[in-house]
Amino acid sequence: MITLNVNGEKQTIDVAPEMPLLWAIRDIVGLTGTKYGCGIGLCGSCKVLMDGSPVQSCMIPVSAAEGKSIITIEGESENLQLLQQSWVELNVAQCGFCQPGQLIAAAALLDKNENPTEEEINEAMIGNICRCGTYQRIKKAIYHTVELKNKSVS
Amino acid sequence: MSTIRNLSRRTFVKSIGLASGGLILACNTSIFSDKEKEEIKNLTEFNPNLFVQLNSDGSLILVASRSEMGNGVRTSLPSVIADEMEADWKMVKIQQAVGDKKYGDQNTDGSRSIRYLYETMRQMGATVKAMLITAAAQTWNVPESECVAENHFIVHTSGKKIGFGDLVEKAKTLEVPTEVALKSPKDFKYIGKHLRSVDAENYVNGSAVFGLDKRLPNMKFVAIERCPVTFGTVKSFDKTEALKVAGVEAVIEIPRITKPFGALGGVAVIASNTWAAFKGKEALKIAWDFGDNKSYNSSEFMDSMTKNVHKQGKVAKDIGSISKAFKNADKIIESTYQLPHLAHTPMEVPNAVAWVQGETCEVWAPTQAPQRSREEVASYLNTSTDNVTINVTLLGGGFGRKSKPDYIVEAAIISKEVNAPVQVVWTREDDVKHDYFHTVSAQYMKASLDKNGNVTGWLHRFALPSITSTFQPGVDYAAGWEISSASNVPFDIKNMKIEVGQAPAHVRIGWLRSVINIPHGYSINVFADELAAAANKDPLEFRLNLIGEDRIEETEDPIKYNTARLKNVLKIAAKNAEWGKELPEGHAYGLAVHYSFYSYVASVVEVSVINNKVKVHNVYTAIDCGTVVNKDTVKAQMEGSAVFGMSLAYYGKITAKEGAIEQSNFNDFKMIRIHEAPNVHVEIVESTERPTGVGEPGVPVIAPAIINAIYKATGKRYYNLPLSDYGLV
Repeated sequence: MITLNVNGEKQTIDVAPEMPLLWAIRDIVGLTGTKYGCGIGLCGSCKVLMDGSPVQSCMIPVSAAEGKSIITIEGESENLQLLQQSWVELNVAQCGFCQPGQLIAAAALLDKNENPTEEEINEAMIGNICRCGTYQRIKKAIYHTVELKNKSVS
Repeated sequence: MSTIRNLSRRTFVKSIGLASGGLILACNTSIFSDKEKEEIKNLTEFNPNLFVQLNSDGSLILVASRSEMGNGVRTSLPSVIADEMEADWKMVKIQQAVGDKKYGDQNTDGSRSIRYLYETMRQMGATVKAMLITAAAQTWNVPESECVAENHFIVHTSGKKIGFGDLVEKAKTLEVPTEVALKSPKDFKYIGKHLRSVDAENYVNGSAVFGLDKRLPNMKFVAIERCPVTFGTVKSFDKTEALKVAGVEAVIEIPRITKPFGALGGVAVIASNTWAAFKGKEALKIAWDFGDNKSYNSSEFMDSMTKNVHKQGKVAKDIGSISKAFKNADKIIESTYQLPHLAHTPMEVPNAVAWVQGETCEVWAPTQAPQRSREEVASYLNTSTDNVTINVTLLGGGFGRKSKPDYIVEAAIISKEVNAPVQVVWTREDDVKHDYFHTVSAQYMKASLDKNGNVTGWLHRFALPSITSTFQPGVDYAAGWEISSASNVPFDIKNMKIEVGQAPAHVRIGWLRSVINIPHGYSINVFADELAAAANKDPLEFRLNLIGEDRIEETEDPIKYNTARLKNVLKIAAKNAEWGKELPEGHAYGLAVHYSFYSYVASVVEVSVINNKVKVHNVYTAIDCGTVVNKDTVKAQMEGSAVFGMSLAYYGKITAKEGAIEQSNFNDFKMIRIHEAPNVHVEIVESTERPTGVGEPGVPVIAPAIINAIYKATGKRYYNLPLSDYGLV
């Protein structure tokens, strides 16, 4: 038995310890917002926050996530909800499939860096593929979120 | 106000009372040209119906009959109904149609959802509005002419008003009008504006349900090992190790269904979760009979196709005399272009849930072709289509891959075998290796210039395995529609010849976003740029001259090709880029313009080549797609097309060795990532012409514009794709 902490809730699951966290989340815990895109850590669709850091959940054995705080797209982080609002406002998504992973990567960035440069955004988001090509709007939505935060502070 | 003429002759509209107390309209209209009817008839029976359900609480359910894959169609088509109806968009709920011919053609490909359905949607909305006006007028006992519809209310000249929902009972008893007036475009409320996707919230909070997210009680997860060589079959297999994987429940052989969209066959691993199915698949030991395609080596094949385009081919078009033009030329230019196979790789891999129970089957799948899926499943189960239900989930990208329901047939086969609901999931490797690949091509072009740099002769000879080969094995020449994008080249050249060379298929060939326009848009635009250089002229001026006088080209299509509109988008793109301005060192502009899916698109691309590395900084795209339903969607499609075009230009290359595809995942079939993505500046031409394609026509211009910009920046001409082969990216 493995006990996971997903979005603040304890989940005790009976799976092989080497099962990737992605499949434990999707098929066992039953949260399908985290996506399978490549299975080998190349596309970022499966990103979740593990103790605040963005990780590709297809590459993490579920045993390695035990005792850690896992935040998925269905969960909350300091910046995730604000980013989601910006994403909607700028109509970022096309097919939408990669966007949970994009949002998790963006949330991890803003959680650590309140005012990222374009280069820092590129660096944080380089692991996330969008086949529809929404990159330009993703960048704009991140900048927009930063602006919203700055406004609410001042 | 415009009125649709002859509507009564061509239209059958009726209202059906609903148990739920709502008003449903079924509209059966025929607004297409004979040519379009013919085109549709080849795919489905022509019998379009669309449903509007207005409930007494005012809520309005609009059916989306087309598939949502990032094309925005669940928003755009219903918004047309709502606009004509004067409905409040906030009251609208979208219901996704199941696959059923009663909705008319549901194939979501060919950039034609709006083109085919725009007028029908308008009539649907206008008919409901007319009935609501009649209902209100009768309720108030006033003339209909004193009533208008306004934001979900019918308003009388006296100022009194009544909500749409309150008119449902009365409207249900009315005859459906056979002739309705349509709004004047200047009164459009949603059409031509920015409307956010109806799925925008669900996309960002994880609640959007794609095919992969469908769950049923006791559902099994399935992975399939298919023969590495296309159409190879299982000789024997050992399942011992696979069955040892925790969670694996069964291993079965599945047959190859020898139909265009039939299953490839192979060995299926049925498990209690996806990962167990994947691990079980890896543990299989299979001996294959590879079959005839084992001889396929794509590099040798490219050589043989190239030889074929360097000799006389089948003549598809011959005007004037190119031999005379070439003889009298001041200069002769010749080039050869080679483009590789491409895979679709939508972010969501092919997958499907199927549940066969006795004679019936219910499917949940991301499909661009719900009716075709229904027919294929019914055919496999040897049952009536009435027994098959295809629920269309959201598609995590499609690009043409999900037009082919082989993966849905697989799910039906396995569900029947194991007598349980199953979800078949392709691994990314399966997706890359067993796609219906975009064709591979060799093209040879030759042109003559006179002393003034005018083009006097044009020869375009190409060879590529045809998509038709997927439907008719053995076909080894391009089909007519695969020739037209070369033969309809809009250049004012008096002597022109188009020839086709032989090219048999050794993998499944399928349509990928913009299809034949990828090779033809590429070669024509690069070659035209070469001719400009040979003539020592500015590429923009040269191109405008080459297109020539404003004229309507006589093609066989119902929608005519207008060279004024083609030149216009090129001028707009150039103006927005400030063509001719000085750029930073190492930077240069390249342009391309192409007509496809009845739309006109031009892009000017700013590229830098520094230390032999290419970077695309800006893309200035102009599109004329006639009437625009949703501006933001058109803009988004142009932004996305630029990135899609860059991916194929930079990295797109699928190769085969001894019949097996050599690439496997995003490590060796790479995509553009955020740091490579350019700023895309889009201008949409204001137009009241009929709406034309949007999803695809932005793609073909990108790769040639990049090649042309690299030439301008470096003086070096690259002919083949992808650029990664030259170490440029």
